[in-house]
Amino acid sequence: MSVTATSTVRPAARPAAADRAAAVRRLGRVVPYLQAAPLTLVLLVFLLVPILTIVVVSFWDYDSIRIYPDFVLTNYQELLGSPVTWKIYLNTLKFTALAWLFTLLIGFTVAYFLAFHVQSLTWQMALFLLCTIPFWTSNIIRMIAWIPFLGRNGLLNQALVGAGVVEQPLEFLLFSDFAVVLAYVHLYTLFMVVPIFNAMMRIDRALIEAARDAGANGRQILWNVILPLCKPGIAIGSIFVITLVMGDFITVRLMSGGQSASVGLVIANEISLLQYPAAAANAVVLLLVVTLMVAALLRIVDIRKEL
Amino acid sequence: MQGGAAVELIALSKVYGRTVAVDRIDLKIPAGSYCCLLGPSGCGKTSTLRMIAGHEDVSSGDLLIGDAVVNEVPPARRGTAMMFQSYALFPHLDCVDNVAFSLKMKGMPAAERRERARAMLERVHMDAYAARLPAQLSGGQQQRVALARALITEPSVLLLDEPLSALDPFLRDRMREELKRLQTDLGITFIHVTHSQSEAMALADLVVVMNEGRIEQAAAPRDLYNTPRTAFVARFLGGHNVLDLGADGTVAVRADRIALGAADTPPPDADMHRTGTVRSFEYHGASVQISIDLADAADITVVLDESRYFATPFAVGDRVCAGWRHADVHPLRA
Repeated sequence: MSVTATSTVRPAARPAAADRAAAVRRLGRVVPYLQAAPLTLVLLVFLLVPILTIVVVSFWDYDSIRIYPDFVLTNYQELLGSPVTWKIYLNTLKFTALAWLFTLLIGFTVAYFLAFHVQSLTWQMALFLLCTIPFWTSNIIRMIAWIPFLGRNGLLNQALVGAGVVEQPLEFLLFSDFAVVLAYVHLYTLFMVVPIFNAMMRIDRALIEAARDAGANGRQILWNVILPLCKPGIAIGSIFVITLVMGDFITVRLMSGGQSASVGLVIANEISLLQYPAAAANAVVLLLVVTLMVAALLRIVDIRKEL
Repeated sequence: MQGGAAVELIALSKVYGRTVAVDRIDLKIPAGSYCCLLGPSGCGKTSTLRMIAGHEDVSSGDLLIGDAVVNEVPPARRGTAMMFQSYALFPHLDCVDNVAFSLKMKGMPAAERRERARAMLERVHMDAYAARLPAQLSGGQQQRVALARALITEPSVLLLDEPLSALDPFLRDRMREELKRLQTDLGITFIHVTHSQSEAMALADLVVVMNEGRIEQAAAPRDLYNTPRTAFVARFLGGHNVLDLGADGTVAVRADRIALGAADTPPPDADMHRTGTVRSFEYHGASVQISIDLADAADITVVLDESRYFATPFAVGDRVCAGWRHADVHPLRA
């Protein structure tokens, strides 16, 4: 085996043009980093630093008056060792599961109606905007609005008793788990509608025809064509609903009337008692749980093509 | 496969609001024939195909497949299968499941339907790509899968909506050949919508030229080319000069039946001639195409055998005399 080496003769002094070209190349390598810098900075300051702060504080010590910089595991030991924690997590997961189920069913139905039954684009947009009207006011106001409707002497109970459907006013309507889930569904269904509607609008209508041509009936088309193609939209909507409900505290506080608890509510209570390290530990655990849930969802569904 | 079925349209119309897309057309497509619906965009050919497929309601008239009126019959029970223009493959299913889709809808067990789908993919030479998703296939490969998906329903009529328009020219010619061979092998009726006259001429037993919702002419390619009925047909097919002879009406003369001579010497056996100036010249390989500017009428196009032309060539701007025989003049209906 022989190797032939060719040597090129380099000019002693490189021309100025080559130097300039090299400078431009070096700059070309730096430019992408410069372009990414502002967003990196924003994420660093407003996302990464706060999370790191929470993680750090979760290892600090505290008493009823103040908190002490330290490295103790007591916050986590107390949190994970307490049966109350597990009960509250279970309760939060129950709310999340119910809210997810109902927002998915209602959201999918609404999106399906908008995307496939409303024929004109004008009407589609008009009805879609109609769905967003509740968002013109704040969450709290929308929740409070349920109280005069669902209360013991509220509109619904009066109507039911008046119509003779029930003899006694229904007690479970307000300040109950029912009320909490109802509020979640009311607040968050739109977060399901939007991504699913978006996914449905991207489905080539020729696919529906092709399915019908192949002998599929309406239900078969829904199950075999529309649903699989909506999966990324469903996943995105699910991420919205799950993260919102898992972290919520105000809805549980208002709608359960203090009779139910969620992880968010516990954190809020700890903060109001100035037990910041305990709240931080709780927040870190919650963050991990929600991250795992989202990661599991993304393993099942590939949402990249929807972004 | 069960052989082809005849398709008959009787005063078939399609109206969208106030627009008439298809205007009372009558057509009989014999069983087992290759029929091309040919026309410019918006002529109603696609609406007609979609009515036959059952994806568009019939506004009025009757549609027969075999002996039965199928106006109200759902697509899957007409014995038709459609191949869509964009192929409309299910993006979430691999080739096998795409092809097996209709069998799954019928409730056939997974193993059996996948087995049959694989056999069908083999038939269109796509068995090597069975596990791929449509996005991982080229246009030509997607088309083969779409073809397999349509054929697995064992249709007696296959409907093709501009099947070759998305392919590059080389692939288009190859697929054209394959479609024709497939139709001959299967013996089923093919109805193929196209705006390309060369595609229609190459494939069809029966070419149906449509314009503005009506059928201008339905005939075998050779009859169509030699005896176009209207000026529209002659112009759309190309290769014809449409001449207005005043009192004698409009006539068509095939471009390759016109001879050229110098301005003062008409071609020897020509009965009729016109003098004009050579406006443009195109070399086409086997032939050349010359456009002649007549002072008082529309340009005429002459197609000449290339070797004969180069024996006595003309330059752009030369005065020439174009002549043709009486026998080659074909009168057109107004």
